[in-house]
Amino acid sequence: MSLNTDSIPGYRGLPLAIAMLSGAAIGYEILLMRLFSIIQWHHFAYMIISLALLGYGISGVFLALFRGWLNARFEWIFPAGIVLFSLTAPGCFWLGQRLPFNPSELFWSPVQPLYLLLLYLLLALPFFFAASATGLALFHFRDQISKLYAADLAGAGLGSLVIIGLLFVFPPEQALIALALIGIAGILPVSIAWEKNWRGPAICAAVLALFWLAPADWKTLHISPYKELRQLLRIPGTRIIDSFSNPIAYTDVVESPVTPLRHAPGLSLNSDREPPAQYALFSDAGNMSALTRYNGDPATISYLDQTTSALPYHLNKPRQLLILGVGAGSDLLQAEWFGVPSVYGVELNGQLIDYIKNRHDAFSGGIFTNERLRLHIGEARGFVSATKERFDLIQIALMDAYGASSAGLYALSENYLYTVEALREYIRHLQPGGYLALTRWAKMPPRDALKLFATAAEALELSGTTEPGRNMILIRGWQTSTLLVKNGEVTLADIGKLKTFCEDRSFDIDFYPGITETETNRFNQLPESYYYQGASQILGVERAAYLERYKFAIEPSTDDRPYFFQFFKWTTLPEILSLYGQGGISLLETGYIILVAGALQALLAAILFIGLPMWRCRQRLGLPDYSPRLWRVIGYFFLLGNAFLFIEIAFIQKFILFLHHPVYSVTVVLCTFLISASLGSAASRRLQDNRHGHVVPIAGIALLTLFYILFFNNLTGVFLYQSAPVKIVVTVLLTLPLGFLMGMPFPLGLQRAATLSPSLIPWAWGVNGFASVISASLATLIAIHGGFNVLILTAVGFYLGAAVCLPRIEEAS
Amino acid sequence: MIHPKHLLLMLLLLVALLLLSSVLAWAEPDAYARQRAAMVDEVEAYMAFTSDRLGRKALSPEVANAMRNVPRHLFVGEDERPYAYENRPLPIGHGQTISQPYIVAVMTELLDAKPGAKVLEIGTGSAYQAAVLAAVGAEVYSIEIIEPLADSARERLKKLGYQNIHTRTGDGYYGWSEAAPFDAILVTAAASHIPPPLIKQLKPGGRMLIPVGDRFNVQQLVLVEKSPDQKIKTRQLLPVAFVPLTGTHP
Repeated sequence: MSLNTDSIPGYRGLPLAIAMLSGAAIGYEILLMRLFSIIQWHHFAYMIISLALLGYGISGVFLALFRGWLNARFEWIFPAGIVLFSLTAPGCFWLGQRLPFNPSELFWSPVQPLYLLLLYLLLALPFFFAASATGLALFHFRDQISKLYAADLAGAGLGSLVIIGLLFVFPPEQALIALALIGIAGILPVSIAWEKNWRGPAICAAVLALFWLAPADWKTLHISPYKELRQLLRIPGTRIIDSFSNPIAYTDVVESPVTPLRHAPGLSLNSDREPPAQYALFSDAGNMSALTRYNGDPATISYLDQTTSALPYHLNKPRQLLILGVGAGSDLLQAEWFGVPSVYGVELNGQLIDYIKNRHDAFSGGIFTNERLRLHIGEARGFVSATKERFDLIQIALMDAYGASSAGLYALSENYLYTVEALREYIRHLQPGGYLALTRWAKMPPRDALKLFATAAEALELSGTTEPGRNMILIRGWQTSTLLVKNGEVTLADIGKLKTFCEDRSFDIDFYPGITETETNRFNQLPESYYYQGASQILGVERAAYLERYKFAIEPSTDDRPYFFQFFKWTTLPEILSLYGQGGISLLETGYIILVAGALQALLAAILFIGLPMWRCRQRLGLPDYSPRLWRVIGYFFLLGNAFLFIEIAFIQKFILFLHHPVYSVTVVLCTFLISASLGSAASRRLQDNRHGHVVPIAGIALLTLFYILFFNNLTGVFLYQSAPVKIVVTVLLTLPLGFLMGMPFPLGLQRAATLSPSLIPWAWGVNGFASVISASLATLIAIHGGFNVLILTAVGFYLGAAVCLPRIEEAS
Repeated sequence: MIHPKHLLLMLLLLVALLLLSSVLAWAEPDAYARQRAAMVDEVEAYMAFTSDRLGRKALSPEVANAMRNVPRHLFVGEDERPYAYENRPLPIGHGQTISQPYIVAVMTELLDAKPGAKVLEIGTGSAYQAAVLAAVGAEVYSIEIIEPLADSARERLKKLGYQNIHTRTGDGYYGWSEAAPFDAILVTAAASHIPPPLIKQLKPGGRMLIPVGDRFNVQQLVLVEKSPDQKIKTRQLLPVAFVPLTGTHP
């Protein structure tokens, strides 16, 4: 049955073209996430992109409906798909950012949902074209499915590497054009192989010229007028003096010579000191932090003693300090004010540190370059678990902006800084009598501070402290709260200093061992002493009941469920909605809602774009009888599409804690998964004729993932202290066999479908594409509620279900 | 040649059209006034839920009257005019917004401005809030840093004939020392901390209000109170009737 591929007209050159197209498409997906995080907000980026992937699903229906016509014109349609992808990838983004879509108005204005819909449709186009070209190739050369699918996966794997590389070199708006050019270059191998030598280069040149000639204004990013950067730039005299980007962040530096910036969050109301001159640093056009001028005169930075985070310096005199998340250095400056002799600082964004060192060393008073400071570029958890040092104080200050945090925008972001395991690790690295200080925004109603309090209590208990309350202090200004966890019991002397500190600055004490309610809620009054009540309930026997009764999710997050910023509870939703007229929407944790809304919209779209045409056009689709066979094929590919992504997502997260770098982890794991899956797909031909061929890899996947769930920490623990290259090799070796097996079920199923009835192929392609839309949201929902291990187990369940679903070969009519 | 009958018909039509347009011209403000009254009714109903939390009995007649009289539709752009009396925030350009009427009412109540009281506003925006405060009888001093907004607000207030609103373009951090001290201060411009000069310009017994949130959603209201002995206290209030715990706490 297998043919010599070179003899098939039009096959040569095709795998390379598919690989390039698929690489450009996955690169585009990753890049859109960055682009929308900059011009809009992270959580919307998530929803917009997952829905844009519907383009994949819709392409399946399109192919199913017009397969005869399209197939007869394959040599035109396939290159057309490539050209259209390359044109629409930047084109649709440029158009999309012109829409006056404003997420903050979504709950207020009836036209906003329409803009959102338009945005989905626009961005679905490039994916539709890419998927149609690939899907048609799979249908046209159905005997070569495993090889073509292998090319598709290998291209995707390399694409995920290439885009990260591009983001290191180019700003995202230029990376967009670079990606489109990679996509269009996919036309070259087919034009050469098909002996239409001049056409490919001519088309490439035309597209290049088009991008070149496009007005510069189209090609720049149009950031929402409601983002912090745009808001600040409205102030007369402000201007961006520098911009730089890497895969972690797009950074803008703004000077404001006319109206000083005066950024000092959490400052006591009793303070009458104004901060010195500052530069504003924006990450992705939001999350502002300030780089403060320091001329060596301590009096100019004395305002840093007027914030809640200054408390630990008053309780003991730290000789060795660790700052997690150095950012623009306000904690370094605070340490300078208190004269700490030895400071360790950790910051993920090395580009930011290099920039400050090179460009603003004199401005910042050399605080980034002085010999007392040891700076480590990397992820906080990674540093802490590897270091042998012990500290008198570990500071984790505010790293996110208030607005984003209080609106629940980070609900979907994994955060390993505030989990129970993380806090245990910090406490383990404290000197006896040392403090861990965690400063958060004081929201109303309270969320972060109480969640951290519960997390710290649990971490202390797990570290063997029987009465965690004896080691904890919680204070609060009108804007920030600081939680202190002491390695040892809080003494009477400590309490005396604490009271003086707070009294002088009009900060409220919400908790210290032995506090009474009358001492609380004095200066910054809440309707009730919520913080004190929360703290004492959490330390009491009623903790579980209290967390249950609280209207926001404040139970501790763990490494398996690292969603610290997820405060949404379904039970609170009806009450919030009933408060709409009073602006109650501000209580809504939008990140979570957006996720669910995204999943529901995807489901609706699937019914509309896949279910409906299937029902209406059943004759034309070559599916006259609604045989269970069809449903089983659909079930197989739906389960497969979901399970693949579930495992991929879960392992990316698991490896973040091993590689200690989100970008490395995503890139290495994604790339290894896809390339090994490509190898698996190519190898799956051997199993093709076996009637239980698909069961073999599925059984392998189930066994291997279960083994990893049980022994992941043991396996990776051995290499935890090794260098990054060694860890990357270990990651690749652990991911490889799993990916290899995961690459097999799809082509095996597709081959089976082709044998049963070729008209099933586009359906399989479409359903698998649709599954990729819903799976990202579904995976996050499962991880939020159950954790990553549950997510992996669900995926195993899906794989087993798929094994049962696939019709047997004898069922061919 | 036009037939006299046709001419008469055309004349009649013209008269009818003129009549209709004048009726519409009369009806338009009337329709806005009706919408405004409905808006105030809605705001009053919501106030009934939140009043005890905010320490008020209900929407006071002065504030209700002010909101019934200030033509909100003239403080937003043409595009937003049809929604001017809906209880929702509206964009006014330059990345700025006008708060939802309910929040404006709550803030005006909390500022507790009596007729003749001096009120400082940082962040004029479209000047709707200033107009409501002025309608309550306050002497309003309003500062806006975004020039085009400040200019259009000034022009609008002039056109509408507000005498007791003084505007200025510039940085609000140092307040308005020539007019200080103030009975009340409203800080709608985003600030990372409360400017100490503003606290100084607050009269003993005065109140300062800072809405916190994004441009479209007010998450909480921070009320700064200066006691007669110059002590500063803040209160954090939710504009909505919401308690974070279910059931009664032990």
